[in-house]
Amino acid sequence: MRHIISILLENEAGALSRVAGLFSARGYNIETLTVAPTEDNSLSRLTIVTSGSDEVIEQITKQLNKLIDVIKVVDLSEAAHIERELMLIKVRATGKDREEMKRMAEIFRGRIIDVTDSTYVIELTGSGPKLDAFIQAIDAGLILETVRTGVSGIGSGDRILKV
Amino acid sequence: MISGAEIVIRCLQEEKVDYVFGYPGGAVLHIYDELFKQDKVKHVLVRHEQAAVHAADGLARSTHKVGVALVTSGPGATNAVTGIATAYMDSIPMVIISGQVPSYYIGQDAFQECDTVGITRPCVKHNFLIKDVRDIAMTMKKAFFIANTGRPGPVVVDIPKDITAAKCKFDYPKDVQMRSYNPVVKGHLGQIKKAVQLLLGARRPMIYTGGGVILSNAAELLTTLTRRLGFPITNTLMGLGAYPATDPQFLGMPGMHGTLEANMAMQHCDVLLAIGARFDDRVIGNPENFASLPRKIIHVDIDPSSISKRVRVDVPIVGNVPDVLAEMIKLIEAEQGKIEIGDWWKEIEGWRSKRCMRYKPKKDIIMPQYVIEKLYEITGGNAIITSDVGQHQMWAAQYYKFDQPRRWLNSGGLGTMGVGLPYAMGAALANPDLQVACVTGEGSIQMCIQELSTAKQFRLPIKIINLNNRYLGMVRQWQEMFHGSRYAESYMDSLPDFVKLAEAYGHVGIRVERPEEVEGALKKAFIEHKDDLVFLDILTDREANVFPMVAAGKGLSDMILAEDL
Ligand SMILES: Cc1ncc(C[n+]2csc(CCOP(=O)(O)OP(=O)(O)O)c2C)c(N)n1
Repeated sequence: MRHIISILLENEAGALSRVAGLFSARGYNIETLTVAPTEDNSLSRLTIVTSGSDEVIEQITKQLNKLIDVIKVVDLSEAAHIERELMLIKVRATGKDREEMKRMAEIFRGRIIDVTDSTYVIELTGSGPKLDAFIQAIDAGLILETVRTGVSGIGSGDRILKV
Repeated sequence: MISGAEIVIRCLQEEKVDYVFGYPGGAVLHIYDELFKQDKVKHVLVRHEQAAVHAADGLARSTHKVGVALVTSGPGATNAVTGIATAYMDSIPMVIISGQVPSYYIGQDAFQECDTVGITRPCVKHNFLIKDVRDIAMTMKKAFFIANTGRPGPVVVDIPKDITAAKCKFDYPKDVQMRSYNPVVKGHLGQIKKAVQLLLGARRPMIYTGGGVILSNAAELLTTLTRRLGFPITNTLMGLGAYPATDPQFLGMPGMHGTLEANMAMQHCDVLLAIGARFDDRVIGNPENFASLPRKIIHVDIDPSSISKRVRVDVPIVGNVPDVLAEMIKLIEAEQGKIEIGDWWKEIEGWRSKRCMRYKPKKDIIMPQYVIEKLYEITGGNAIITSDVGQHQMWAAQYYKFDQPRRWLNSGGLGTMGVGLPYAMGAALANPDLQVACVTGEGSIQMCIQELSTAKQFRLPIKIINLNNRYLGMVRQWQEMFHGSRYAESYMDSLPDFVKLAEAYGHVGIRVERPEEVEGALKKAFIEHKDDLVFLDILTDREANVFPMVAAGKGLSDMILAEDL
């Protein structure tokens, strides 16, 4: 099962590699990982998308909690939450593909943010699976480049992850 | 204003550190200079950094104090890694201080530079690279605090040379607050009550405890609880001495080389109380096989990640072991009824009557088991016994009956050959009133043999019991059993003359070749040469095997017993 794990971390040198190292050392997989400081500069917020059985996810959260630099860990996917990821995708856009690409971007509520006579760069935000769906929906032969930020997640309503 | 180096030493003094085990080098020269100028913290110069960490670890294991080691940058730090990983696997509280190249050289492949924090990250509880002299005091405070609270473990503090030269005011913090680390946990009372109900209702109960009981100094409480309940109990390799081995309720060690009765009781109990143990593969064998039998498991541990890691647990109790045990005892004392488990004990006595630990003596050849039995007799069961890794380790664990905690020091988790002698050094320094013996093999002892020199310098009256079978015995045993007796590189050729070697280092060496000489040689070592280091090179049966045995990957009841009985 896919899980989104959110972590509050001391914003210190090496803290990120402790988290990344834990995943590789114990054989857990990381689908995406995003990290940036929060409104409080001494704290980083990390979102990791991973997958595994319930037992594996339980171990992942316990092992993360054991890291001294980790302040809090939640499995966002346990309850209502919102996830967003940003993708920039460069596609070939010539001839009749130009119109088609524009239409697809609109359907997915993407924006074309860079245009040349043969390419578009489309900006798309949404859940990870939605971005996957867009890639599936367009002609694979037209994709020149994709950049994804990885998923960021937040609990909905009163679910707040704070020190 | 004082220098960073002086601050480091002052911190060690504040932490009441008696001994630092170390080896100097360029990056730690300022620190050594400050060590030189005081005499509160004594320095033990080892002959290899691995031994510095092991010796500090041995001190910690035998006393419950934090072990401290000091090494230089680059090769000093990399030499220390085996020691650090060994301590980490067994959750030993330690602070390892490493020098680093000057901060303005970091990242430039400077002379003797290595990424110590990066290299040690996966085998420490935590580590620090200090970048400002003003951070030294707080970092040292945190290091000791982290090392010795919660589930203990080694902490590395890496200090660049320029930071040890820089100056600032010294103020040792009284306490530490870390928002990301709050280790003290009392067990959940509701869970403890649930556990007690399960225990009182059990028909076939079993208690299984590990290193956590020793580390948390909970042996006395464990004994009270176990006696009160009248239940059978087993202690793992890391937990020996937590419950008196000479007591009839004790079934011996469980696991790969555990007793028949301990393993059968682990398998067939209806309620298993696991305390400070982690269901290691060497203890429970195949986890699927173990889980296939219906039993309720109560697991007490300070580390939540130990719970339900390898085996599903019914009643998890996260908490400090002594607190939880005290609470359990209180609840059980309030109960009136007597627990009726007579039938279970009958079944256990049935297993016990097989006397799985018997071995066949040989007329002209020394059996290794016999040496340990004699060692037990002559030391009155009161010595600190350290061991290396291999057959000799298992025989020591099986045949020396530990009645007290912190008397048995060995590398259980990482299984590091070479720990025996340095562990004995740390233990001997910290426990001058106790006899200290190192049970080793001719393979293992050579991994830190250089420490005979350190032991001479510090006049440590260690008795080395070298069970010399001229084989890497444990490897040979597996090759005999699982690889068609093809003894690939498990033969120890060109052995030194250990007697002469011991003498060359200034010690007493004695060779023992016949069964009837064993007792006399041990007496000579422990009585006549009480104050000397004595190296007993004991030529033992070459192809003796350790039994009973559960082959790797097999279920606990699938035991191989000594075949020729
Ligand atoms: C550093 C290290 N290298 C290799 C091993 C693998 N190993 C485990 S037991 C053993 C043989 C030990 O031989 P010896 O010390 O002579 O003891 P014996 O088994 O003969 O009693 C070896 C090589 C180990 N545990 N540690």
